[in-house]
Amino acid sequence: MLLISCPHCGERAQVEFTYERTLDSVVTLAMPPEDAMRALYERANPRGLDDELWRHSYGCRQWLLIRRNRTTHAIESVKAR
Amino acid sequence: MAADPPEPDDARHREREGAVSLNFTFDGVAMRARPGDTLAAALLRNGVRVVGRSFKYHRPRGVMSAGVEEPNALVTVGTGGRTEPNTRATDVFVYEGLVARSQNRWPSLAFDAGAVLGLAAPVFAAGFYYKTFFGPPKRWMFYERFIRRAAGMGNAPVEADPDPSEHRAAFCEMLVVGSGPAGLKAAEAAARAGHRVLLVEQDSELGGSLLFDGGDRGCIASARDAVLAAGGRVLTRTTASGLWDHGFVTLAEHIVEPGQAGPLSQRLWHVRARRIVLATGAMERPLTFADNDRPGIMLSRSVRTYVGRFGVVPGKRAVIATSNDDAYATATALADAGCEVVAILDSRTRAVIAETAHCPVFFDAVPTGTTGRNSLASVTATVAGKPHRFDADLLAMSGGFTPVVHLHSQGSGKLDWSAAIQAFVPGATDQALVAVGGAAGEIDAVAPATPILGTPKTSFIDFQNDVTAADIDLAYAEGYRSVEHLKRYTTLGMGTDQGKTSNMAALARLAGAAGVDIPTAGLTRFRPPYTPLSLGALAGPDGGGHAAPSRRLALHDRHMALAPLWQPLGLWHRPRAYPRAGETLHDAAMREARAVRTTAGIVDVSTLAKFAVSGPDAAALLEIVCATGVAKLAVGRGRYTFMLREDGMVMDDGTVWRTGETTYLLTSSTGGAERMEAHLSYAHRVLAPDLRVSVVMQQEQFAGIALAGPLARDVLEGLTGSPPPAHMGLANAAIAGVPVVVLAASYSGERAFEVYAAGDVAGPVWDALHDAVTARGGCAYGLEALEFLRIEKGHIVVGGEADGRMTAHDLRLEKMLRKAGGYIGASALERPALASPDRLQLVGLASRGDGIPEGAMLVASVGAKVEGHVTSAGPRVLEDGGIALALLRGGRARLGETLVASSPTRGKYVTVTVVEPVFHDPKGARYRD
Repeated sequence: MLLISCPHCGERAQVEFTYERTLDSVVTLAMPPEDAMRALYERANPRGLDDELWRHSYGCRQWLLIRRNRTTHAIESVKAR
Repeated sequence: MAADPPEPDDARHREREGAVSLNFTFDGVAMRARPGDTLAAALLRNGVRVVGRSFKYHRPRGVMSAGVEEPNALVTVGTGGRTEPNTRATDVFVYEGLVARSQNRWPSLAFDAGAVLGLAAPVFAAGFYYKTFFGPPKRWMFYERFIRRAAGMGNAPVEADPDPSEHRAAFCEMLVVGSGPAGLKAAEAAARAGHRVLLVEQDSELGGSLLFDGGDRGCIASARDAVLAAGGRVLTRTTASGLWDHGFVTLAEHIVEPGQAGPLSQRLWHVRARRIVLATGAMERPLTFADNDRPGIMLSRSVRTYVGRFGVVPGKRAVIATSNDDAYATATALADAGCEVVAILDSRTRAVIAETAHCPVFFDAVPTGTTGRNSLASVTATVAGKPHRFDADLLAMSGGFTPVVHLHSQGSGKLDWSAAIQAFVPGATDQALVAVGGAAGEIDAVAPATPILGTPKTSFIDFQNDVTAADIDLAYAEGYRSVEHLKRYTTLGMGTDQGKTSNMAALARLAGAAGVDIPTAGLTRFRPPYTPLSLGALAGPDGGGHAAPSRRLALHDRHMALAPLWQPLGLWHRPRAYPRAGETLHDAAMREARAVRTTAGIVDVSTLAKFAVSGPDAAALLEIVCATGVAKLAVGRGRYTFMLREDGMVMDDGTVWRTGETTYLLTSSTGGAERMEAHLSYAHRVLAPDLRVSVVMQQEQFAGIALAGPLARDVLEGLTGSPPPAHMGLANAAIAGVPVVVLAASYSGERAFEVYAAGDVAGPVWDALHDAVTARGGCAYGLEALEFLRIEKGHIVVGGEADGRMTAHDLRLEKMLRKAGGYIGASALERPALASPDRLQLVGLASRGDGIPEGAMLVASVGAKVEGHVTSAGPRVLEDGGIALALLRGGRARLGETLVASSPTRGKYVTVTVVEPVFHDPKGARYRD
């Protein structure tokens, strides 16, 4: 279970958070349909670092941008959104 | 190598010298043990050699080890709900009244009918199940008859465990796993540096090898005192069972022994450790030779444990077989305890150790076989190429030591190969973790495993799962080259011991067959838990009625007064119907639904998701989330709306109401409440962070009562004293002195109003409505009647008709889509496949008489291709016949077709006609103004 340092609440266990999605998968409102479908269905899911949207669901309920290593689970940074 | 004399104040020593004062039974036979004995020690003390029968061949098996790695001596302890099967006799400490039973034997341990399977051993070779299943079905039908009886381990109890388990969290600067010399040293050093240390030991006593090999035991007390003085904690009978990311470790603590009664049985710790020290030591490996599984053949260091710690000498004439120096200490310990050591068989050409014990030592010597009926009688060996035979009732073997790297590996640590000790040692890791002592590979050098076996067919590698060297050879010959495949094909390492004693021997055998070195052969990943964990410990206090919270309606007591049938809906419990004396559920629901169609009824709709959306950009946010028009809504008005997922499918539906110039109320489905909350938050915080808007979830703040029926208007006007709002209008009012918001929306197909009041004061509102409705011949209605009414009206349900694969077009909602777009999911609707004419589309079904089975397949005739399915079905409320909503391929163009709703599992086949999905008042004349 990951240990996530919430910028609002401090170090908390992963159970308090909800992984929402990788930043690559965000479909913006202005995105053309082809790009939207690519974001939804054609992501590469590479090894290594990933920017991810998390939510501190059982804490401050804020959205966080977490840079996490998909292979080692090391967390490089946690930023408030 | 004599042990240091024990200190006079050593409590453990006093116990060892103490009387056999504990009573226990094994297979019904009364026996006595000394306090501090493990069950294995106590059984050996009582002369028990055969403790169980093996998994496949039912061969007699005895105690092999003195630790959690024990593959053979599995017993069932305890009675009733406290029964714990597959308990290692080496991992349970005897308590007064312990009841232990042997397993996997019939009719008795001494005479086992299943042992004839041993004679049929070739049949059960590697891949037996695979081959049988691929063979003719008859063959399996034949085998199954006796395999069901013979295979397997102990039986799980059917009664509930009367003693609870609990969960606890802890934090520490340093977690030290294992309290042998290395662990004690690490714990003491960290504690003296002021760190909060958590020291855990799976044994009942600290000390590890100090408990049997002598040495200075003063460090035990000194380390314990230092840890406690620095605010740390020492846990015995506690196993670090799993190591997860970022220093998270789960510990399983035995509060009482397996099968023992206590206020608590186990405690599962969730520990977050800044640093972790693995001082888990090393496990001795057995040697592989023919008939190496007879009772009386034990691991060398375990023999020393029984002699040195428990004062039990498990034989009178012993042979030592070793590939390293450590076993020489066993010879000395046995000789000191009065056991005759017949020979030391050393597979090396010379010992590294300077001086040997007072017994014959043979070099280049390996055991090749054994004899004996139910226990060991003699050992045959090859010494420098020549056969020898030794009469012995005890064989202490040592194939070297394997560092216990399980936790390191669980925590994604790499493993490096050490040729000197012929074992894997901890390598690089991302965790703040360090291994020390035996776990780090600080172990005597060892000779590589020898290929001389006698016969490989009875040379056991995995004792627990009866996997022999011949099985591994066969699997390799049949093409199972990868260690992962080998494991699955032979079931190697898949017992409750997870291959603790067998992995290395198996890898050596596989590597030998493949002609590669062991690291090339590979290793399977270690996974938690390290030792078996009971489900009760995992559940902790969260079992039974506490598995999930139960959410009660604000009006719960009002419903209770009407004695409803309850229906769980997610975590909520809602009234399904209010049956009167003699009524079935269906009768009650039909009466309630008819009341709504003819007079009036009230239903609790409190669980609907409700969001207060306010701020200058409230409409803008709603237009992102809702696929329908919102901005043009006048103050005091509302409308139906639905939301799409990003892929264009309908996610949820509800209503949106403009309560003020910049304030809106959004409702959506009960089941989707949390999802919708996250969705709204996502739309705001991620997609449109600049919007000046606030979204507050108000699901529980307000109780909601829907009042529906031809007399609803009349009822409401009577209670509020003012004319109710027009359809899709909104008004503030008071009922029974309680302020309420009235939303004129209809779900039932009748004139209807949703009345919302703050949850804590809603009781009088319900009472007033209920009195007024019953006075006019109506009643309260539940979910069942609500379902009948909405099906008849053709209203979709999220999770039913809107099952996550449906577009607005499929559900006939496309006319409501906002032309300008700009909402979530809009761009996805342009995908060509979504315009395909053979998509599943919402239709109605009508049958002449029979009820239509919900969930049935739609087919042209029984046995034909499936073209859709029934999503919801019910009766017509005021007329005869069954109706249903369904999803049918190209359904919109198939009105009038006759199909069969086929439900083979229920034996129901109903002829249906495809119709428009509205069965009642298609124009809405009954509620529109």
